[in-house]
Amino acid sequence: MGIYEEIAANKRRSAVLIFFFFVLVIFLGFLIGFFYGSSYFGIGLAVFIGIIYFLFSYYGGSGAILTMTRAKEATKPQYTHLINTVEGLAIAAGLPKPPKVYVIDDSALNAFATGRSPEHSSVTVTTGLLEKMNRLELEGVLAHELSHIKNYDIRVMMLASVMVGLTVLLSDFLLRSFLWGGRGRDRDSNQLTVVFIIVGLALAILSPLIGECIKLAISRKREFLADSSGALLTRYPKGLADALKKIKDDPDPLVDHANRATAHLFISTPFRKEKKSFMRNLFSTHPPIEERIAKLEKM
Amino acid sequence: MVSTLVIGIIAAVVVIFVIYVYNSLIRLRVRVNNAWAQIDVQLKRRYDLIPNLVDTVKGYMKHEKGVLEEVTKARTSLMSGSLEKRAKASNQITEALKSIFAVAENYPQLKASENFKMLQEELSGTESKIAYARQFYNDSVMQYNEAIQVFPKNFFAKLFHFVQKDFFKTEEAERKAVKVKF
Repeated sequence: MGIYEEIAANKRRSAVLIFFFFVLVIFLGFLIGFFYGSSYFGIGLAVFIGIIYFLFSYYGGSGAILTMTRAKEATKPQYTHLINTVEGLAIAAGLPKPPKVYVIDDSALNAFATGRSPEHSSVTVTTGLLEKMNRLELEGVLAHELSHIKNYDIRVMMLASVMVGLTVLLSDFLLRSFLWGGRGRDRDSNQLTVVFIIVGLALAILSPLIGECIKLAISRKREFLADSSGALLTRYPKGLADALKKIKDDPDPLVDHANRATAHLFISTPFRKEKKSFMRNLFSTHPPIEERIAKLEKM
Repeated sequence: MVSTLVIGIIAAVVVIFVIYVYNSLIRLRVRVNNAWAQIDVQLKRRYDLIPNLVDTVKGYMKHEKGVLEEVTKARTSLMSGSLEKRAKASNQITEALKSIFAVAENYPQLKASENFKMLQEELSGTESKIAYARQFYNDSVMQYNEAIQVFPKNFFAKLFHFVQKDFFKTEEAERKAVKVKF
């Protein structure tokens, strides 16, 4: 698939995510309204709140991600080389303007890009990455991130973050209202059955939605594509391959302020390797690093 | 009645097709021009940085006047003339800057100077930006030239006077040379 098809596909995926979002919001509104008497009022209120939530996360999402990961804007002269490299790669990628550059004070080797469009985007690297990578390797990593920006991966990934956040919130809410909703009040068995049915229904609707979101957010193909279009920018696939090798061999891949909502943004999974539980595999956000290195070396 | 309708539909399809082809060619040409403007910006940036470098280095490098003169001479032919001429001047400057930085290795005091270090970083950054801008320009030219040569676009390209653009040529080994580590 060419880069222009990929951009179109990513815009489509973003639209699907927004659609899912409002399906969820309307469903939530219906549920709340159902409990409190008026479904229509519930839907109206939920859509109103949903629109505000959506606007906030669409326009402020990348800012929130940067705050969450404690990223600080890189300035000259300390980060002259980093800024120059990003600006150069932005020219090579034909971006309308270079993304903003941020640094996380962390010894782990990692990087991510975020934003809603190439015009409103940023690249973040850890100080560990700056220390341990040589110039060619750093260039490779940054080219990978700039490809995410150019391909509109950043928009899909940001919206997916928002969705995963909301579904977690929602299932939490449902679980709570199910567990604690009956306390202190007299409830006949009839009402309890209704609650059971609704919770069952909710789970039936929620789980495929969550699955879809994760599928959209985590695409092995997307990482491979960013690797290869990054290599096309630097014309030097070995740079990124060497960088990935260093990342693979790094004993401390933990980024302190990464969590599950932001994990898929990073160039490699920002969690400890030894903790390989079922959940981690389910949310495994990246294709195996060895596979990526092998593909780059074959170019 | 029916035949007028059919002719009308065919005419509409043809018009829409021509508009589509024309716009796609325009888009490609705009991209080539933008890419060229990017090269221009970076060449200008280097043009402005060189006098600073020469000033900083002059005091230290008493015996290597030749290298500095070469840079200054190439610099003046950088900002005007044909694309070919400017490409040549740009390549000359790249070579001359490389030899300045190589010679600077022999002057520990110069190498330690903050000003020199900053200039070196800025110049090597600009060098790679020129290389990237050139890469993007050449990619854009390739797509544009291809588009105006393939059938049936070549017919419309001729009709609307789309002419082929020149590549920004460079020596084969230069892309690697930019990545010299200091």
